[in-house]
Amino acid sequence: MELTDLTITKTHEGLLKKEFSAVELAKSYLEKIKKEDKELNGFLTITEDLALAEAKEADRKISLGKPVSLLTGIPCAIKDAILVKEQKCTCGSKILENYIAPYDATVVKKLKEEGAVILGKTNLDEFAMGSSGENSAFGPTKNPYDKTRVAGGSSSGSAAAVAADMACYSLGSDTGGSIRLPASFCGVVGLKPTYGAVSRFGLVAYASSLDQIGPITKTVEDCKIVFDVIKGRDPLDSTSVESKISNFKLESLRCNSAELSQISNLRIGIPKEYFVKGIDIEVEKIIKNTIKKIEERGVKIEEISLPNTKFAMACYYIIAPSEASANLARFDGIKYGLSEQEKNLLETYLKTRGQGFGQEVKRRIMLGTYSLSSGYYDAYYKKAEQVRRLIKNDFTEAFEKVDLIISPVSPVVAFKLGEKTSDPLSMYLSDIFTVSVNLAGLPAISLPACAGRPAGKTDNLPVGIQIIGNHFDENKIFNMAIEIEKLLK
Amino acid sequence: MISKEEVAKIAKLARLELTETETEKMQKDLSSILDYFELLKKAPQNKNFKENFYHGAGFLRKDESRQSGLAKELLLALPDKKDDYVKVKAIL
Repeated sequence: MELTDLTITKTHEGLLKKEFSAVELAKSYLEKIKKEDKELNGFLTITEDLALAEAKEADRKISLGKPVSLLTGIPCAIKDAILVKEQKCTCGSKILENYIAPYDATVVKKLKEEGAVILGKTNLDEFAMGSSGENSAFGPTKNPYDKTRVAGGSSSGSAAAVAADMACYSLGSDTGGSIRLPASFCGVVGLKPTYGAVSRFGLVAYASSLDQIGPITKTVEDCKIVFDVIKGRDPLDSTSVESKISNFKLESLRCNSAELSQISNLRIGIPKEYFVKGIDIEVEKIIKNTIKKIEERGVKIEEISLPNTKFAMACYYIIAPSEASANLARFDGIKYGLSEQEKNLLETYLKTRGQGFGQEVKRRIMLGTYSLSSGYYDAYYKKAEQVRRLIKNDFTEAFEKVDLIISPVSPVVAFKLGEKTSDPLSMYLSDIFTVSVNLAGLPAISLPACAGRPAGKTDNLPVGIQIIGNHFDENKIFNMAIEIEKLLK
Repeated sequence: MISKEEVAKIAKLARLELTETETEKMQKDLSSILDYFELLKKAPQNKNFKENFYHGAGFLRKDESRQSGLAKELLLALPDKKDDYVKVKAIL
């Protein structure tokens, strides 16, 4: 047993019992990163000095003997689209290659207040645009289970770091599946919270009506612990709301038979549109087996319909790029980041953005600009917003009948590096089961339905199962997820 | 198929310089993606739809200035400045 194998709760216990110090713990993680990340490429920056200073402070707090937070002294990693003061924030882009964050994102501030130890900033698809992690300007992250395969994107480094024990937990962001997809491909737990549950202040904006920050962890319990810390209203993000989601301890819940019987009272919907042609047979089998096991546990399962699912991809790939084209207008070579000084202002813009952005980012800015441009607005952007409402209504109706919805996270397991890079449309289709959740602003978790084994032992790759809840029903999702976790042990 | 001229026009609107190879690839990629978007024409009409893109939360704060305390850090990030001013190209 190595220190880096432990979950948040186990690490916390070890720290309190003085089995190891926070500095020793941080050093074990840093050593592991230095040794193993050359190949995986999960980290873009290692914040060693920051981590050691925070670990020292955590040891001091613990030595006082007063109660400390569950996260005090626990090493974590932050997606490089989220600002950590005085550290680089590249967003996986050449345009921000040397950008130093002037302040902490609200989520980072909250973690620091709990005594978190930040090990580094993780790799991602440039500006969080991608499904595989291959769009990073600094090279793809490799899947810890099979280094010839992708880690999934866009939070590729955040998922790979947790899967490879290079961080106890991490933060990612999810606009169309960017937490859930890599969590599924890397065999870890990832939560995309309800729109508005977590402040995005300090997250580099991609598509503001869809973006959410969420945790990536080894267990459902850890996921709940991190989520409880980062959620809540923040005056600096006008879309964030004070959470109606209670903080409760899952540990005690598991012993509470009244709560447990509530789980068997849950009604689960299985959307028939999510089990169609194109889904890998093995993936389908694993998800269906898991559903069967839940049913045997006494949970009521019923088939439901989300009839507008087939429009979700087109809808998403109009709305997200449209918002991106506006959000990324700020990268102009004037205020910060790369600046290619040319003879006039227009030339400076063109050159800076032409040189600074990678292919996928350019493609999405172009798609968005096209969809919003005069003459095409009604046929694309407006139409997509209308369809978005239909997709949202599908879920509203479904949640009148069921408490939770279960589906696969992705139709496939982690694919080979380079397999889909030449065909953007086939890459986009990796998000087919995740984008609807963002369009409807709902919370959803990805957790391993088939754990996968470290490379070399078997060719079993992880498969994630997705649990979707109604707005602010994160706790219902956690209850179900913890049951599934237990069933599969 | 979207034309090369159209690609160039959109690129200029988006303030993106594209090389010749990029323009060709963009033409191909955008065309196949836009073809895929045709699917939306088959979606049911949403008669009650109002153009009100309100997605749940949203609070407006008072339009008051406040101290961020970040002026020094933000100035440090400027690629080109004179004293404490952002330096830009003349536009007239």
